[in-house]
Amino acid sequence: MALILDLLWQAMQMLLVVAVAPLLLGVTRKVKARLLRRRGPPLLQPYSDLWKLLHKEAVLATNASWLYRTAPYVIFAATWVAAALVPTYATGLLFSWSADLIAIVALIGTGRFALALAGMDVGTSFGGIGASREMLIASLAEPAMLLVVFTVALLAGTTQLSSIAAQMIDTPVGLRVSLALALFAFVFVAIAENGRIPIDNPATHLELTMVHEAMVLEYSGRHLAMIEAAAAVRLVLYCSLLACLFFPFGMATGDKTLAAVSLGLSSYLAKMLTFAVLLPIGETLVAKMRVFRYPVFLGGAFAAAALAVFLQFVSRGF
Amino acid sequence: MLILALSCVAALLVIAALAVALGRAASATPIVYAASLAASLVLLVGALVRLVADPGQVSTLTLPIGLPGLGAHFRLDALAAFFLVVTNLGGSAASLYALGYGRHETAPRRVLPFFAAYLAGMNLVVLADDAFTFLLTWEFMSLTSWALVVAHHDEPGNARAGYIYLVMASFGTLALLLAFGLLAGPAGAYAFDAMRTAHPEPAVAAIALLLVLIGAGSKAGVVPLHVWLPLAHPAAPSHVSALMSGVMTKVAVYGFVRIVFDLIGDPPWWTSIIVLAFAGLTTVLGVLYALMQHDLKRLLAYHTVENIGIIYIGLGLAIAFQQNGIAWAAALALTAALFHVLNHSLFKSLLFFGAGAVLSATHERDMERLGGLIHRMPHTAVAFLIGCAAISALPPLNGFVSEWLTFQAILVSPQLPQWGLKLMVPAVGALLALSAALAATCFVKAFGITFLGRPRTRAAEAAQEVDRISLAVMFAFALLCFLAGVLPGVIIDRLGPVVHGLVGEMLPPQSGLAWLSIVPIAAGRSSYNGMILLIFLASSATLTAIFIHRFATRATRRSAIWDCGYPRLSPATEYTSSSFAMPIRRVFGSTVFAVREKLDMPGPGETRAAHFQVKVFDPAWRYAYGPLARAATKIADRLNPLQFLTIRRYLTLTFSALIVLLIVVAAWR
Repeated sequence: MALILDLLWQAMQMLLVVAVAPLLLGVTRKVKARLLRRRGPPLLQPYSDLWKLLHKEAVLATNASWLYRTAPYVIFAATWVAAALVPTYATGLLFSWSADLIAIVALIGTGRFALALAGMDVGTSFGGIGASREMLIASLAEPAMLLVVFTVALLAGTTQLSSIAAQMIDTPVGLRVSLALALFAFVFVAIAENGRIPIDNPATHLELTMVHEAMVLEYSGRHLAMIEAAAAVRLVLYCSLLACLFFPFGMATGDKTLAAVSLGLSSYLAKMLTFAVLLPIGETLVAKMRVFRYPVFLGGAFAAAALAVFLQFVSRGF
Repeated sequence: MLILALSCVAALLVIAALAVALGRAASATPIVYAASLAASLVLLVGALVRLVADPGQVSTLTLPIGLPGLGAHFRLDALAAFFLVVTNLGGSAASLYALGYGRHETAPRRVLPFFAAYLAGMNLVVLADDAFTFLLTWEFMSLTSWALVVAHHDEPGNARAGYIYLVMASFGTLALLLAFGLLAGPAGAYAFDAMRTAHPEPAVAAIALLLVLIGAGSKAGVVPLHVWLPLAHPAAPSHVSALMSGVMTKVAVYGFVRIVFDLIGDPPWWTSIIVLAFAGLTTVLGVLYALMQHDLKRLLAYHTVENIGIIYIGLGLAIAFQQNGIAWAAALALTAALFHVLNHSLFKSLLFFGAGAVLSATHERDMERLGGLIHRMPHTAVAFLIGCAAISALPPLNGFVSEWLTFQAILVSPQLPQWGLKLMVPAVGALLALSAALAATCFVKAFGITFLGRPRTRAAEAAQEVDRISLAVMFAFALLCFLAGVLPGVIIDRLGPVVHGLVGEMLPPQSGLAWLSIVPIAAGRSSYNGMILLIFLASSATLTAIFIHRFATRATRRSAIWDCGYPRLSPATEYTSSSFAMPIRRVFGSTVFAVREKLDMPGPGETRAAHFQVKVFDPAWRYAYGPLARAATKIADRLNPLQFLTIRRYLTLTFSALIVLLIVVAAWR
């Protein structure tokens, strides 16, 4: 019985991250539109978009291989599993120990690997340019992300997200220089990995500035729907990570009583909503960078995270 | 078991002689490879049985050959058994692969005898138990592999590759010779048993360790001693490339582990800083150079350098922990390194087999002339893709597990007391993180340019799938990559006795844990479960597919490529290997590679073609070997007149040299 209940909690988390993903996207779009003095699409528009794409005919290029058709499933599955392993409303779920933070970062890498290959499958120059730039961004962002992981892991003495969150709630470490640096680096990495301004513009189809859109240019129908859904889940994943690592309050750490879970759920949703409002505000404040400014942006994140790790090695007090 | 192993090695030597005797006979190729396969398989099974059933047992044997009074000592312990497994797994796979691939060989008489002898040489190094036998077999391994590198000496560049390899191999052996000289002490105790009990002074131990780092490192490809590797590994036939990259570099790692952890025993802690510094440098530079290559086999060879760096990071950490008395952490770092040894031998062999398949199907190694092979060689593409994913450390495959273990070892290192290490280890961790991401880029490029897109040449368009034997070997290794990724606990447990013999501690047993997960330190600290992850991935992909097929339309249409509506695309518009790597080249180019770009653009009205040229330099050549070679030539020129003296002057010279040496000796005493 307990096992079934545990499985249910785990399944709820898996469904939760997929269910809120389009909504999160809808909120960011709405807020962004309002900031630009437009009315913007309805909040639930991303759901309808996905539903519509699912019912459109998929057009494949004549020379598309099996990899092109299977990649969307791999991308979605890898992103989904990674997102489901990040504690959202509660810690200590049934399978939370099966992959730690390093494995989650690597899982995101698996999805990206499949996406970049899918972009190159048909052999267009757009696909190539997208894949090449995506891998450039990843090459600079992933190490910064891993260093953020190191910082948090050294502070908490564990790489397991569930334990990190639980420990941060039970014995708050207070304000730390290294945590602040890590937060700064994490936000930069999250912006880059989700293809938001100033790195990439999710709304653009201007030839030479797109990265993610260039890779998926040939996709249509259900395949495109899955890739779009994966992108939305990735945004949720990074927001949940942000919440779990730096703002873990409200999470159900002990027994999953109804009160604890509903508190966890509502605080999680509130946090997501906050991030979804903050993100477009940040986006409207800055302009998109040109490609060869990325190293400066992400190098800054890498340096900040590296400094945080150094501080952790030097003294436990930072 | 030791006697069985030595008989197998003797059999391999007999096979080499047989290959010479068979000469031009058409049956020589299958006979030699089948016989090598049999010998390697017996060795593999024997070593596996020993490692699983009775790892603690140590058997020794002294044969009355070699130096008079010393004899040839051989020894089989857990460490040797593990490396025998790695060597012969690669050896038997290469032999089997060559049963198919070797049919295309144009000069089998230049390959067959040396192939069997090379296998024998590598096995002997692992079994040797005195300095003389070790160095002799080490040199034997070098020379036979050199012969295989220059097997196709008429192809451009191969003769030079062979020459540089020979120089570097001799240099490495010289360093090892000096190291053994130091360890043997004034009494000249060259048996490993004597060295084990000798406990050299810290200064001697440190110098010996550095000499071994140079000697074994030059064979393994530690930067800046790697320069021969990307030239020599691709020059050999592909199954030999797989052996050189996948196995021989591991024999070099064996040399380092055996001498440093077993013979020296207690090197000073600060030597670990030097090992870690070189390891970190090797990791990042190796993968950056690999990214710049457009020759598929050379890319793989450069990438070996990166993996050697990862292995040495584990070894360096193990030294640091061991010298600070944190034995369990040393066991973790050493386990990570040895796990990566096994993993790299698996996926690098697989990738070289794949590159060989591409080579035999298209006669092309240049990726810029390939493309679209996923349609023409679908099975090779699948195997190669699994290899690429494994080497990019993507879960749930095996490359990730050993990198994960290495990261775990880095994360416990704040416990190290010394400041030098406190600053070095996070820097190395950052370099390792950087290289992990770059490796994925490198293999997206390798797979994407070679197998995806549209064929760029006729040769790529007309490629045919390779023979079944080659495919079977590739799929077997791909399966092993999967198994090692989802069942890492089994391998960690087998490594336990090996690690215990070296640092006196081992990781807690893993295979009894619930759900087959691995917990290297403590359950609250970190755990990983490749199996659950695989099940999760598979089930969520299946769920998605079911959902899509239930609710979405399945209507699919094939149509021309869209590409923003641009019609009639020539394959020349595709992204090439150089264009894919261009952003990385821009980012790291000016500092790391000294890139020079030359654009020759015709003016308005001119009809000639534009030319664009990029030159990427390996700074090791520029800053280390170039000046060294120039200095050597200069000195040789200066000394040239010495060759034209009269006999009287030669005698004077000899006599004065003798006097000077005697004075030196007198002053020394």
